[in-house]
Amino acid sequence: MSGREPGHLGRDEVAHVAKLARLDLTDDELDRFTGQLAQVLDHAADVAGLDLADVPPTAHPLPVRNVLRPDRPVPSLDRDDALAAAPDVEDHRFRVPRILGEAP
Amino acid sequence: MNAIQIADDVRSGRRSARSVAEAALAAVAAGDGDVAAFLLVTGDAALAAADRVDEVVAAGGDPGPLAGVPVALKDNLCTKGVPTTCGSRILDGWRPPYDATVVDRLRAAGAVVVGKTNLDEFAMGSSTENSAFGPTRNPRDTSRVPGGSSGGSAAAVAAGFVHLALGSDTGGSIRQPAALCGVVGMKPTYGAVSRYGLVAFASSLDQIGPFATTVADAALLFEAIGGHDPCDSTSLDRPAEPVSGSLDAGVQGLRVGVCAELVDGVDADVAKRVRQAADALAAAGASVREVSVPELRYGLSAYYLIAPAEASSNLARYDGVRFGLRVPADDVAAMNTATRTAGFGPEVKRRIMLGTYALSAGYYDAYYGQAQRVRTLVIRAFDRAYADVDVLLGATAPSTAFPLGDRVDDPMAMYLSDVCTIPSNLAGHPAISVPFGTGDDGLPVGVQVLAPALAEATLFRVAAAMEAAAPPTTGAVAAAPGASGEEPVR
Repeated sequence: MSGREPGHLGRDEVAHVAKLARLDLTDDELDRFTGQLAQVLDHAADVAGLDLADVPPTAHPLPVRNVLRPDRPVPSLDRDDALAAAPDVEDHRFRVPRILGEAP
Repeated sequence: MNAIQIADDVRSGRRSARSVAEAALAAVAAGDGDVAAFLLVTGDAALAAADRVDEVVAAGGDPGPLAGVPVALKDNLCTKGVPTTCGSRILDGWRPPYDATVVDRLRAAGAVVVGKTNLDEFAMGSSTENSAFGPTRNPRDTSRVPGGSSGGSAAAVAAGFVHLALGSDTGGSIRQPAALCGVVGMKPTYGAVSRYGLVAFASSLDQIGPFATTVADAALLFEAIGGHDPCDSTSLDRPAEPVSGSLDAGVQGLRVGVCAELVDGVDADVAKRVRQAADALAAAGASVREVSVPELRYGLSAYYLIAPAEASSNLARYDGVRFGLRVPADDVAAMNTATRTAGFGPEVKRRIMLGTYALSAGYYDAYYGQAQRVRTLVIRAFDRAYADVDVLLGATAPSTAFPLGDRVDDPMAMYLSDVCTIPSNLAGHPAISVPFGTGDDGLPVGVQVLAPALAEATLFRVAAAMEAAAPPTTGAVAAAPGASGEEPVR
């Protein structure tokens, strides 16, 4: 088994994961989630500890293969319908605040 | 009255679809204040749809097998122009630009959609307490949860508001609330029902399926929504499995395995009902034996790594850009974070974090990769078991409905509610929960039938035989438990 050994989830790690997931947690939430996530991972230790080197992984219950259809034009979602639910729109585009840390 | 009788009456003109819809809307108006099964009642649209059904009948046409039958939809099924919240603040007010395929098929079958039902946020939960819009209560005892995540759909059927409802089942979210509310709930084979328009939670596990008060009604609804859909790349390229025609075929000669891993460890009063159901099937001619599928014990751990991993990826789309909530901030990353922090509830955050962690560099092999290998073990174990038996029998949930608030602060205790239902999702197999008497507390017990992929016809046959022998799930608190067989099997 490559990678780090499971089972040492700490508060700093939870804070890092929250950042990756784009979630801002309060100190209270950090404490609570650290305990709760550690509990779930403890339960998962029975799985993490199995020797399954010879067992192939299953990503999907069915054999998944490419699905193709004839290359014929068909109506698709109307542009205005696609934009109708957007929080902000400009010139038929989704409008967002600046993407880089400083103004272009 | 059941859905089949309503459809017969409406198709033959004995009763108008409008009067049926009006009765359903009146029942919701009178009773849903206590239950809170619905997030949205679409009364005007329901009456208009009912009128269209009546017009078809008046013109001598056939509106379809579900003619005039009121149906409720779990609020993670997209309805064009009609709010679809997933029980989340982040989608509050969102109106999808298209209908889910199952919604199209319901309408084509003549059904009348009366509203959208409550759920745990993004279908993550086992009690419907994780909804941002408040909990649903169990109609059999409003101090108890209805189960989840499709608790609103289960409660709507159990309360008699509608005869049919749709839910989604990722780890038991149809079968477990069906058991706790005392109705029939079924998860089809993965790919048997199109997921197009079902808001994604864990895409390799999610399936849409029926709730009903009878097995025959559930079979009818399953047939109406099943079959290939080019809009879902995981949809099986075959027509809907016919199941209604063989409901009365009985179980003579069928091999039924009582699965130790789905009976040992559940509450004694629930286990007693499973044994009683097995006895009833034996009395009806099935060959019943005890089987053990030890690998199922690993299902829960694997599921709570795989499902959050897929969820963390699927829920990345809620970023405040294209739809749903946006909390303004100076740059995109800060806007994404502010939006997700304000829009998601605690359980969704927990699962996104768990999934992000399980997929993160350094832990991927130990958690996600390992869980995928366990998934293979579970599938192989089922294959082995089904070499000797046609179906497996077990509990649907480890206990009857628990009190509201009982498990909200203990995620692991809540997750254990799904221990008996998760293996079928991991394998992509069909399973059904049938009401079978009550527990010591007088609350409904569900007995689960599991079958291999695409064996829906057998699954429904066994369910129908069990239903025919089932003790009632309503009425007085059951007598104190004792030796099995003390309660007469009808």
